[in-house]
Amino acid sequence: MKRLALHLCNTMLLLGYAAFAQAQSSDNALYTRSTLRDANGEAVFRHICQGCHMPDAKGATGAGTYPALTGNPRLVSAQYMAATILFGRHDMPSFKTSATPNHSFFEDAKLSDAQIAEVINYIRTHFGNHYSDSITAAEVTAMHPQDNPPNSTP
Amino acid sequence: MTRRDLLRMIGVTAGGAAMYQAMSSLGLAAESPYQGTPTLHGAPRGASVLILGAGLAGMVAAYEMRQAGYKVQVLECNHRPGGRNWTLRGGDTYTELGGFTQHCQFDRGLYINPGPWRIPYHHRGILDYCKKLGVPLEPFVQINHNAYLHSADAFGGKPQRYRTINADYRGHVAELLAKVTQQGKLDAPVSKDDQALLLDSLRQWGALDKNYAYAAGPGTSNRRGYDKPPGGGLSAKPVDSQPLQLHDVLNSHLWSSLTEGEMYEFQTTLLQPVGGMGRIGEAFGHALDGLIRYNAKVTSIQQDEHGVTASYEDTRHPGSVQKARADWCICTIPLSILSQIPMNVSAAMADAIGAVSYAATVKVGLQFKRRFWEEDEDIYGGITATDLPINTISYPSNDFNSRGKGVLLGGYIWGLNAYEFTAMTPEERVRRAVEYGSQIHPQYKTEFENGIAVAWHRAPFTMGCFASWSEEARDKHYDNLCQIDGRIALAGEHASYLPAWQEGAVTSALDVIGRLHQRAVAGGAA
Repeated sequence: MKRLALHLCNTMLLLGYAAFAQAQSSDNALYTRSTLRDANGEAVFRHICQGCHMPDAKGATGAGTYPALTGNPRLVSAQYMAATILFGRHDMPSFKTSATPNHSFFEDAKLSDAQIAEVINYIRTHFGNHYSDSITAAEVTAMHPQDNPPNSTP
Repeated sequence: MTRRDLLRMIGVTAGGAAMYQAMSSLGLAAESPYQGTPTLHGAPRGASVLILGAGLAGMVAAYEMRQAGYKVQVLECNHRPGGRNWTLRGGDTYTELGGFTQHCQFDRGLYINPGPWRIPYHHRGILDYCKKLGVPLEPFVQINHNAYLHSADAFGGKPQRYRTINADYRGHVAELLAKVTQQGKLDAPVSKDDQALLLDSLRQWGALDKNYAYAAGPGTSNRRGYDKPPGGGLSAKPVDSQPLQLHDVLNSHLWSSLTEGEMYEFQTTLLQPVGGMGRIGEAFGHALDGLIRYNAKVTSIQQDEHGVTASYEDTRHPGSVQKARADWCICTIPLSILSQIPMNVSAAMADAIGAVSYAATVKVGLQFKRRFWEEDEDIYGGITATDLPINTISYPSNDFNSRGKGVLLGGYIWGLNAYEFTAMTPEERVRRAVEYGSQIHPQYKTEFENGIAVAWHRAPFTMGCFASWSEEARDKHYDNLCQIDGRIALAGEHASYLPAWQEGAVTSALDVIGRLHQRAVAGGAA
């Protein structure tokens, strides 16, 4: 009984700590390559996308333009967005997780297909966007079969 | 007749190329493919060139093409020359994309280089232009044995001096190798005579004792440092330090930072312009006074059989389209931006322009009330490497041992964390850099005054730090990017095998003007 109480106490401590860590995550913690796997769609937007597309998703213009992710007719296609995030577009890097590591200049940020789907669904339902359809991780995965050997389990 | 006299005579009578050939056969010039800045002459009468971008590539091209007799005009979107060759000083204002404005509050004489900040000794192109333009240089300290290697997970988060990790890693490795040599385990690959030499060298290399052990004593302290260093007078006797255990050194992973200074690009001697890297761009701008139109944002580039026309708008009066035209065009606009500008070039070049992503990096400059890294910690220049997101702390390589305030590079951030720092407000980036840095230097908490942060993806004039070529993209597109397309040719670090380095911009410009000049002299378009 005593042991059970201790166990419960430990569990609560752990949960409490986890909740605390979660609350801090948007405020304090930066991601590492391994903790990035825990980032949901909103966190991915806040930690990565908004660097260029801006916190209000309205994009920005200097010598060139970062497109707005609000009121942008291209957002009609979740597949278009997935292709952009998977393969990059112009100066925007690819964020996909490759089967073979990309030998570019340095290790970049890599998102899972589930995260790519989540961030797309997040963007398409926020910032004044009201799309009712969504994209799934499996649909994103199907867009880059070269990175997913047929007999590997998802 | 001395060898120099002979060369001078050949140079005078037969010209530079012959002299170069003679030098090569004498074994003097064979080390570097760099042959000095080209001396182009004989531009066709009235020939003109339009250069887009007044960064280093554009200004090298402008400088040389004008010399060759071309009529040169340059369009630049910033209000200053230099592009990424840039120094932020007190009183400067910088507005990044999104409208976030920072006012640099550094004291007089203090600065930060948000972009390039060091010049390797073998970057002969950029060094040549520093000499030509009268930009004085001073040493840039890369490796400092008294700076730190730091991991939040090693040695309880306590930073270690570079020299201790370096000495202990090397000493233990030398001891192990000496051991297996003495045990006869190298008898097959190494002769007995060579084994004796190897043991001698290991003793010297690793600071091993007479028994080939890496152990506390004067020899190891002389490498890794003392518990109490030798001094003068009474109680001046040194106290030796105790080496770390091999296991602890290996598990710390701090050894992973030991080789940076061994790499070609970071080997001693590195150099920096006195007063900030931006001095080069400023000197170029001065030399090209009157040729550069600032605040000119290019909106379209169109060529026909006779020339090239660029449309541009004055960034201070949006919507006011003007045109500039010349026989030829050298475009140095970063691909991040050029990929969005309408331009009639071949499909192959257009594909190349659109195929390269741009790297995210962030730099943070921090001003402190005093140079505590020198006063408290005996660190003069050099770099502390950490696995915290800030990645790097670099101490100024100038004004050593001076009183008063100092500015250091409080973060040089790459990869995932660079995206995250880019996504923050500038104030938040500075706050985080101070917070992380105080884990290494607790003095941050009381001595910090102000800071400025540049996230390159938010720089309005580059929208990224540098062209991040993948091997695959380079194989497919690089040659197409570097071809002269009709009357248009590209230059910049993106058109080089030296990504992010100023030398890439300089050598790509020198290469392209030579080829363009040939074509112009031959009287031909595409």
